[in-house]
Amino acid sequence: MDVATFCVLAVLAVVSGAMVFRFDSMARATFSLLTSLLCVGGLVVLLGLAYLGIVIVLMMTIEMAIMAVFMVMYMMNPAGLMPMTMTHNKKGAAVVCCLLFLLLAAGILLAPWPARRGKAPADPTMELGMSLMGPQMLTMMTLGMALFATIVATVVLATRRGRYDRLGDDLRARHADDPVRGGVGR
Amino acid sequence: MAERAPLWAIFVLPALLLAVALVTAGFDAVLAAGARNGRLGSPREAAARATEPGREVLRQLVQQPRRTRASDVPLARVGAALLPVAAVLAAVVLPLGFRSVSDLPEGIVWFNAMEALAWAAVWLAGWGPNSTLSLIGGYRFLAQGLAYELPHMLAITTAALGAESLRVGDVVDAQAGVWFAVWMPAAFGIYLLSAMAMAFWGPFDQPAGHDVAGGAASELSGADRVLFLGGRWLLLVVAAAFSVPLFMGGGHGPLLPGWAWTVLKTAAVLAFLVWARRRVPTLRMDRYLELAWVVLTPLAIAQALVVAVVVLNR
Repeated sequence: MDVATFCVLAVLAVVSGAMVFRFDSMARATFSLLTSLLCVGGLVVLLGLAYLGIVIVLMMTIEMAIMAVFMVMYMMNPAGLMPMTMTHNKKGAAVVCCLLFLLLAAGILLAPWPARRGKAPADPTMELGMSLMGPQMLTMMTLGMALFATIVATVVLATRRGRYDRLGDDLRARHADDPVRGGVGR
Repeated sequence: MAERAPLWAIFVLPALLLAVALVTAGFDAVLAAGARNGRLGSPREAAARATEPGREVLRQLVQQPRRTRASDVPLARVGAALLPVAAVLAAVVLPLGFRSVSDLPEGIVWFNAMEALAWAAVWLAGWGPNSTLSLIGGYRFLAQGLAYELPHMLAITTAALGAESLRVGDVVDAQAGVWFAVWMPAAFGIYLLSAMAMAFWGPFDQPAGHDVAGGAASELSGADRVLFLGGRWLLLVVAAAFSVPLFMGGGHGPLLPGWAWTVLKTAAVLAFLVWARRRVPTLRMDRYLELAWVVLTPLAIAQALVVAVVVLNR
C-alpha cells in the first residue's frame, strides 16, 4: 500500500513538475507546480512526518495562489494565447537536468544505506525539529525577529508617503490623509 | 479522545454534508422570499420555497452549458470541482458527537490546509473562463484571503493552545467543563467572521458579488456551476460545523447524546450565519483589510497570550 502510494505520488510529482516547462500559460504552469508540491507534501506524510507534510500542503497552496497573481502580473503572455516558451537554452538545460537526475538516482540506488538502529520516536516531527535546531533555537528566534524587522524597515523606507504627508507638517491633523480610506474610522 | 468511526462513515460524510447544505440553502431561500414579500407566508408556501435550491440544481444539470471564447476549460473545471472536494476533505476531522472519520493527530492543521485549497479553487474558477468579471471575482477572493487568513489561523491556534493538542478530539475533551467560547470569546468571534469569509458568505461575499454579476461564478454553467456554488454551501456548513468542536464543546451537553448536541449546535451557528447575511451589508475588502491587520490580528495575538498564560499556570 505504502509502495503504491509512493509510486503514484512520485510519478505525479515528477510529471507535473516537468509540465511546468511544457505549458505556455502562466496559470497552468503555476498550478502544475502546485500539484507537484502537494504530491511532495503527501510524500513527506508518507515518511511519517505528518505535521510537516500537512504544513507543506497549507503553505504551498497559499503561496502558489498568491504567486499565480504575481506571475500573471509580470508575464507578457499570462494566458498562453500567444506562442511563448518558458525555457531558454532548452537543450543545454535538458542535458544538465537529465545528468543531475541520473547522478542523484544512482546515488540513491548505489549508496550503502544504514539499517535502522533502535525504534522510531513517538513524535518524529519533534525529534526532527530538535535535531535540526535544538541548540540553535535562540539563534533562530533572533534571526526571525531580525528578518521581520528588516521587512518592516524596507517597506517603511520604500514607501513614498511618510507621516508628514499623512498627518500634516506638525503631525497634528485630526484625520490621516490617506489615498485609500481604511476600515477603522479614518 | 474521539473514537474512530466505522469505515462506512467515509461514504455517509459527503451525503450528510450535502443534506445539511441543502437544508441550509432551503432555509436561506425561505428567508430571501420572506424579505422580498415582506412576510414569511403560510407553511405551504415556505415549504415550496425551501425546495427551490434543489430544483435549481436539477435545472442547472439539464441546462445547455455555456462556453466562453478562448477559455481555459481544464483549469475552470479543476477550480469548480476542487471547492466541494476541499470542503469534504476538511470535514474528515469533524467529530459528530465524539466520532470523526479520522481523528488525525494534526487535525486542526489538516482542516486549515484543506480550506486553503479553496483559495486555489476560487481563483482557478475565476481565471478559467477568460472573462473580466469572473477574473475580478477570483482576484477579490485572494485579497480577502490575505486579510482573513492570519486572524483565522491565530484563532484556531488559540483553541489548540487551550487544549494543548492539535487533535480535534483532544480539543473537544478539554471542553468537558467550560466551553472555549466562554473564556476565548475574541478567538470565537474572529473564527466566526473568518468562517463566513472562507465561504465568501455574508458581508464577505464580494468575490461572488452582484456588482460583478456573480464574480467568480459568473461564467460557470451546468454541472460546473452546481459544483462551484454547491461547494460554497458545503464550505459554509463545514466552517460553521468546525466551530462546534473548536469553541462550543463539541458533543458535550446534558441529557441528549453527543451527536444530537453536535447537530443542534451546528444548526444554531448555521442559522446565525444565514441570518447575519441578511442583516449586514457587503463589506468592501480594502476596509476589512485594515480592520483585519490593525484590530483583529493584535486582538487574536492578545487572546492567544491570555490562553497561553492560563495554560502555563495550570
